Amino acid sequence: MDIPYTVTARPDTGLWNAKVGIWLFLASEVMLFGGLFSAYVFLRLDAAPGDWPHGLLNVPVGTMNTAILIASSVTVVMAWASLKMRRFARYKLYMGITILCGVIFLAVKLAYEWPEKFVHFGAHIKTEALEKYEPYLGNKHLLAKGHEPRNKITGHLHNHDALHDPNIHEFEIALDQVNADPTNPDSDRPHFWPVHATDKIAHVDKKDVKFAGMFLPNFNTYFATYFTITGLHGLHVLGGVLVFIYLWLPVGANLYKRNPEHLANRVEVAGLFWHFVDLVWIFVFPLFYLL
Amino acid sequence: MDASSGLAPHPHAEHDPHHHGDGHDHHELPFWRKWIISTDHKVIGIQYGITGLLFLFFGFSLMMLMRWQLAYPGEALPVIGHWLGSFFGPGSMPDGKMTPEFYNSLGAMHGTIMIFLGIVPIAFAAFGNFVVPLQIGAPDMTFPKINMASYQAFFVGGVVMLISFFVPGGAAKGGWTSYTPLAVISDTGPAYHPFWNGQSLWLVGFILLITSSLLGAVNFIATIIQLRAKGMTWMRLPFFVWSQFVTAFLLLLAFPPLESAVVMQLMDRLAGTSFFMPSGLVVNGAPVQISGGGSPLLWQHLFWFLGHPEVYVLILPGMGIVAEIIANNTRKPLWGYKSLVFAALVLGFLSFIVWAHHMWLTGMGNVVSAFFQTTTMIISIPSVIILSAFFISLWGGSIRFNVPMLFATAFLPMFGIGGLTGIPLAFNSADLYLHDTYYVIAHFHYIVAPGTIFAVFAGIYFWFPKATGRMMSEFWGKVHFWPSLICMNVIFLPMFLQGMLGMHRRWYDGGQGWTLAGEKVWGMSGFEWNGPISIAAWIMGLAQIPFIINFFWSMKYGKKVNDNPWEATTLEWTAPSPPPHGNFAKTPTVYRGPYEYSLPGRETDFTMQDEPMRDSDRKAYEAAAAVHH
Repeated sequence: MDIPYTVTARPDTGLWNAKVGIWLFLASEVMLFGGLFSAYVFLRLDAAPGDWPHGLLNVPVGTMNTAILIASSVTVVMAWASLKMRRFARYKLYMGITILCGVIFLAVKLAYEWPEKFVHFGAHIKTEALEKYEPYLGNKHLLAKGHEPRNKITGHLHNHDALHDPNIHEFEIALDQVNADPTNPDSDRPHFWPVHATDKIAHVDKKDVKFAGMFLPNFNTYFATYFTITGLHGLHVLGGVLVFIYLWLPVGANLYKRNPEHLANRVEVAGLFWHFVDLVWIFVFPLFYLL
Repeated sequence: MDASSGLAPHPHAEHDPHHHGDGHDHHELPFWRKWIISTDHKVIGIQYGITGLLFLFFGFSLMMLMRWQLAYPGEALPVIGHWLGSFFGPGSMPDGKMTPEFYNSLGAMHGTIMIFLGIVPIAFAAFGNFVVPLQIGAPDMTFPKINMASYQAFFVGGVVMLISFFVPGGAAKGGWTSYTPLAVISDTGPAYHPFWNGQSLWLVGFILLITSSLLGAVNFIATIIQLRAKGMTWMRLPFFVWSQFVTAFLLLLAFPPLESAVVMQLMDRLAGTSFFMPSGLVVNGAPVQISGGGSPLLWQHLFWFLGHPEVYVLILPGMGIVAEIIANNTRKPLWGYKSLVFAALVLGFLSFIVWAHHMWLTGMGNVVSAFFQTTTMIISIPSVIILSAFFISLWGGSIRFNVPMLFATAFLPMFGIGGLTGIPLAFNSADLYLHDTYYVIAHFHYIVAPGTIFAVFAGIYFWFPKATGRMMSEFWGKVHFWPSLICMNVIFLPMFLQGMLGMHRRWYDGGQGWTLAGEKVWGMSGFEWNGPISIAAWIMGLAQIPFIINFFWSMKYGKKVNDNPWEATTLEWTAPSPPPHGNFAKTPTVYRGPYEYSLPGRETDFTMQDEPMRDSDRKAYEAAAAVHH
């Protein structure tokens, strides 16, 4: 038994089956990421003043990753076009570049961007103690200028034991630029370039801290959304790369010999998925890195 | 009967090397290839159907247990109580007495299992898989392997849900809605494993079930768009196919936001995030060590964004089944076919913008409430159109009251009661009083239990001969039908009453301690009404025995029938019973609409969709058109 319209289009709909399937799947994906992005909107609107952080992500690296992903969306189209022109060697080349781009994107994410967060420390200061830490927060300065207040002190934690040991009563933090020099007008707006921790040390009493920890998903709702959305997006990138590798391996060559149009269709469908993954990133980048 | 039905020649399956074209020989493939990992849409439909029926009975059994606690709170369950206590482990029913935690587990899992493992798999996946490709004249679904993966994901999801009963602490206790922050903090702490606990497994099970429904929905829509037989235009599709088409879109688009919510709740439980955890949360007198800043309302929005379309996922396939059976047994074309189709489409669209009417009491604000109140009012219009069309279809018909038709006819008033009692809940002023009472339980059970489940039974009796080549017993069907109908009403009618007395739906003691529940109605207090309700529930459990026996007995010993025993018109009845892999001997061509019953100038009172036009048909159609204009 053969299912009709697997390779050639049905005349009245003008579509072959997998193309209908992938568009439906992508519609469902839009709703999946839509749910997460609506959570972002909900949580950001609900956040207390100063609770939604800015400038904690590395914009140059994010920009590079954006460029890599967009480039890979171009090369996957070239790969498909090469198949349509029946130039298999060029298909292999372009598909290879696409795979490489996907791998670089994931490597940057997993080997650099995420781990950088895991070692960065922050402490939410209780409302009643904000006054005490004014030298690190500079809220009077911000208030005078009409900016949102700061309510956390960030940097590198020196005494890691403090996180678990109830006998240690304070955190020893090598401060970030913004807390080391809070009234510097340079820090009024979020930094888009990475700023390293300073040598200035602050001692923060645990009693004054509402919640403290590394920049993990549980640090605040911003990082919760950031890690969940980029994590799910990363899984999609991984899925796409695996499919591309499958089509790039001899499986693709064998299918090409049997029915080149079938391989072109598969590349087209995988490419549509890849464009969607790209598109999600186009939303992720400004929402988390820039705004 | 024409040549394309009845004594059809054996199908030729020259493309499939495993099949040697003998429609009678079912032993070509080893058992596990044919029944366990099959890609045949009919086998997958049957797999879904049988698994779904098992879950349906299991979910119902959970409720039968709860009914004991509600009618006789704190008393030991006789006979099986001790055994159940040791089966479900310590903390469930020590000495046969149900603990509050176990009661909560039963409540949460009853809802979850009935909806997501019982009705959706049967009404959508089983009937859709089995019937839709046959009705549109397709050889199979567009993506048979994805279809198989869909069933497997569903099966594993179901197993995960079952396992959750036996982990320390038992199954999820946060209600089928898993409202946060309760659901995030429940099943946590020293007595629970961080992952192998009821609520976390509930979430993992859900991810699998959503994956399954996604794969199924894509397949259904693509199949209906791509694999319709020649001449099967959109307005010639049987209404059942339309109902499945709309249902598939609802599942495709409404489930993913819940999937995102489920992932977020898992993050809250496993990674300590605060998606749904507000600032300043205090549990057992101690502040919870979390960052806070999350929104419990966000969960409710995402949940009900699925939850409301889900209601139509439950009811639309039922309406589709009822439509087929009514047309077949009134021997008339379905009244208002086009109105039905457009009503179903409008219903599907509107079901996406009514969800917050489940949340009147959350303080969303007047503007939001006014919007959702309005859309909720509007959505009743297409529902009424559909129900009215069914009622008018009965008008003047010489109705055959066989078992499928009995169930289909009973569906109409039962669904009507369910629908009409929903209207007070749609107004937030009336809902203030009725919210979370037994009234709500009665309302939605009238839609789903004597509504959808009756439609499901109707469908099983109706398509059983197509799936097996044998009839189910009429007599035992009636023995199944009448007690079920009576018990359904004895169970759910008094619940309206209890709800109006203010009895809360989640009470462990059945309202024993609630003053207003002592008010007498017809000589019995609201609490005492639990007695007859529970007894009716147990009798209804017994009334399913004839069905179970009939179902399995008829598979082997039922009366053998030809390919079209109901003298129906749609394409599935042109295929052999049971249809072989690949379905049709020759791809059918369609010449007419789906319900050409009693066409003037024909020898029989049914004209099948694949029968070519005759001059007498054209005259009949012209005469009918002249009457309408």
